[in-house]
Amino acid sequence: MERRSFLKNGLMLGCSAAAAPLVTPVAMAAAPWDTRLVVIILRGAMDGLDVIQPYGDRDMAALRPNLPVGEAGQALDLDGFYALHPHFAALKPLYDAGEFGAVHAVSTPYRDKRSHFDGQDILEAGLPDLTGGGLRDGWLNRMLQVMPGLEADVAYAIGREQMLVLTGDAPAQRWSPDANLNISPNARALLNVVHHDDPLFRDASAEAIEIAEQIAMGEAEAEETADMMAASPMMEAVRSNGEHVRIAEFAATRLRADTRIASFSINGWDTHARQANAMRRAAGALTDTILTLKAGLGPVWEKTAILCMTEFGRTARENGSTGTDHGTGGALLYAGGALRGGQVKGSWPGLGDADLYDGRDLMPTRDVRAYAAWVMRGVTGLDATTLEQAVFPGLDMGSDPSILL
Amino acid sequence: MTFDPTLAEIRFGNGLSPVVAAPVSVDAMLSALEGPDRFGAAFPIPTYAEVYPSPLDIRNASRAVNQALENGGLEEAEAARDEMRAAAREAVGTFIARQMARDVTTTDAFRERLVRFWADHFSVRPVSGGIRHLVSPHIEAFVRPYVAGSFADLLVAAATSPMMIYFLDQHQSMGPNSQAAQRRDRGLNENLARELLELHTLGVGGDYRQTDVRELAELLTGLTANAQRGTQFRRQQAEPGAETVLGVTYGGDEESIDHIIAVLRDLAVHPDTARHLATKLYVHFVGPDVAEDVVARMAAAYLATDGSLMALYDGLLGSDEAWDPQLHKVKQPYDFIASSMRALAPPTEDILAATLQDVRRLVQRPLAVMGQTWQSPLGPDGWPEEAEDWITPQGMAGRITWAMQAPKEIIHRLPDPREFVGHALGDRAPDAVVFAAGAAETISDGIGVVLASAAFQRR
Repeated sequence: MERRSFLKNGLMLGCSAAAAPLVTPVAMAAAPWDTRLVVIILRGAMDGLDVIQPYGDRDMAALRPNLPVGEAGQALDLDGFYALHPHFAALKPLYDAGEFGAVHAVSTPYRDKRSHFDGQDILEAGLPDLTGGGLRDGWLNRMLQVMPGLEADVAYAIGREQMLVLTGDAPAQRWSPDANLNISPNARALLNVVHHDDPLFRDASAEAIEIAEQIAMGEAEAEETADMMAASPMMEAVRSNGEHVRIAEFAATRLRADTRIASFSINGWDTHARQANAMRRAAGALTDTILTLKAGLGPVWEKTAILCMTEFGRTARENGSTGTDHGTGGALLYAGGALRGGQVKGSWPGLGDADLYDGRDLMPTRDVRAYAAWVMRGVTGLDATTLEQAVFPGLDMGSDPSILL
Repeated sequence: MTFDPTLAEIRFGNGLSPVVAAPVSVDAMLSALEGPDRFGAAFPIPTYAEVYPSPLDIRNASRAVNQALENGGLEEAEAARDEMRAAAREAVGTFIARQMARDVTTTDAFRERLVRFWADHFSVRPVSGGIRHLVSPHIEAFVRPYVAGSFADLLVAAATSPMMIYFLDQHQSMGPNSQAAQRRDRGLNENLARELLELHTLGVGGDYRQTDVRELAELLTGLTANAQRGTQFRRQQAEPGAETVLGVTYGGDEESIDHIIAVLRDLAVHPDTARHLATKLYVHFVGPDVAEDVVARMAAAYLATDGSLMALYDGLLGSDEAWDPQLHKVKQPYDFIASSMRALAPPTEDILAATLQDVRRLVQRPLAVMGQTWQSPLGPDGWPEEAEDWITPQGMAGRITWAMQAPKEIIHRLPDPREFVGHALGDRAPDAVVFAAGAAETISDGIGVVLASAAFQRR
């Protein structure tokens, strides 16, 4: 089938589903697959070389005299070549249990201008570049567009931020745990009247009211999440109960029910200065999030695949303020019982002067979209042609890296 | 399509008010803007140099605590520091209340909108929690005085302001061959240089390369700031020698801030900058489908006047598209609250008497739910423009909740909703909204459906 007709079919389904009155508070049988996919966007450009440190590379230490790696930086050895940054130590037990892993030297197709905003747009749009003039939708949404007949709450964008990756014509829910809405039936009916002629407002208000009602009815599930987390020894490692923890709790609650896809962001990776300090906050937020998901998902963790992706890597050399600047190649982190953790995948390009991209950055050896595509293929059963044409236009998926169990 | 006073208030101002008359013409709007800033003066917010606690006050208070650790007197030093922190928190509430008083009472509302537009164009974020109260004084000093002047002056003021320097790590950047770098083993940081080209001047589609970013970053070295004196030039940090940005060579003689100002002034009047600014203004005020001829005329007038912002505004307000009766934009959350306040028209002294708790409950927390945490855009690119970014289920939950619940806390006696439709929407009130206002069960629901209506949320 042509990509166009795929998109068209998905688009028609998406529109009709979004426009239909959302009257059933409890969703019908949700998705034809059972594995949960969580995509976390790490905004700010995570320094893959610092998080998953190639300390076995002979050139690494010299590039970063003030950002020590491996034993010198109290990192935790993973496989004799790579070591885990100490601020990620809470994830080492998951690595050992095969539930946390990484892929190194990957990137989106974005090159050279190294702008966060363009880099994130390309990452979330899943496109080779932005020259096509259109950021119409994100790749998670396009995946939904080719799956007919899904309920909107199959997919959730969570948090206050706009998630381009899940934006598009296919219906997807968006919610922040701190929004609430409590209005009378009469006021609700009058809102329909004043929004009737404006589809943007009409759909957003209808969804807001529906989600608020679902959440009110789902109090029992939320309590269950809290109980499961209180009972989990993993939660002792969670240091804070900031917004990211509430987002992860909310995600876990939805994913235990009908939701199959959740996406949100964790910010704070733009470590231009004093990287050791800046990394502490961001790493804490990410490790807390993964541990909260594990605890909150309970048995569903075994059927969960979490991908943590960033817009690009950072310079191989440290800069003048014990930080790193915008680079190219970096790392993909992944977790969950559905994935084959306990390993660092990827083809390592080396860090010698001639090995670096543009003489400054880690050389990407594979398109990060290929890993996402193979995981999506395993999770949903979509064929490679659809993934390469409709979901990630222009991608060559290559061989199966088999990170899905 | 010609000037319409109701559209002037809704699209280019803070919405209609039952007690403030709308402007009578484009000329009246522009001459008010060129005249004195009456409402800024009536509800003063201190500038960055005047604010208490100042960056220096804050630094001295923490130093005093550190010294007391060794020399004694810790309790007093900590009490003084905590008192200062409390004053900083209170100041945020005071500044929001004063800004709201300006927005509700002004007859020169286009100025307030432009201040927000340019403050967003030059977005900064406080780099730590204890200095949130500095953002309004930063805007007061480095944005507000320049919105009706030349863009070059605005660019120089905003891009070299202390908050911008800290936000984009410019104080950390040292020329690789500078004295400071050789002594302290530090080097270049490209962050400010990149955003200057990508966001502040040429725009990301502009005609520049990575080498221009690098050369500009080297030229910017030496530009730094400290708590005592604000922005300053430290020659020891500056990269020696000349740098070439977009084909023009700067410096070469003694390192000086003059070379930095020279490159900023050149960037300000680059044709790509003219186009970028004209497009951005058009998209912000009129809508996403840019009329290329209008933008081209605006850019040409801007370049012909050596970068006059008034020429850009004149071109925008003089276009037919500016007065298209169809509304293509939605109000950002702060503007939604401000325009609701303006339609409700509470007594000015009540606005000014708001406590920090009032401001948090009625403004700051609702803004966060609506997706616009006060003065905290995620990055230097500021808030999004697309209607779809704001009118989400969650954003609407926040807007509806505010519309239904906040007004009764803001004015003692809510107006009859049937009358309020006219206050809020004037002659543009759709029949559906008129009907809904009269059909609500309670007065507060009636006010709520008017404020939550698509007709009121759009501009």
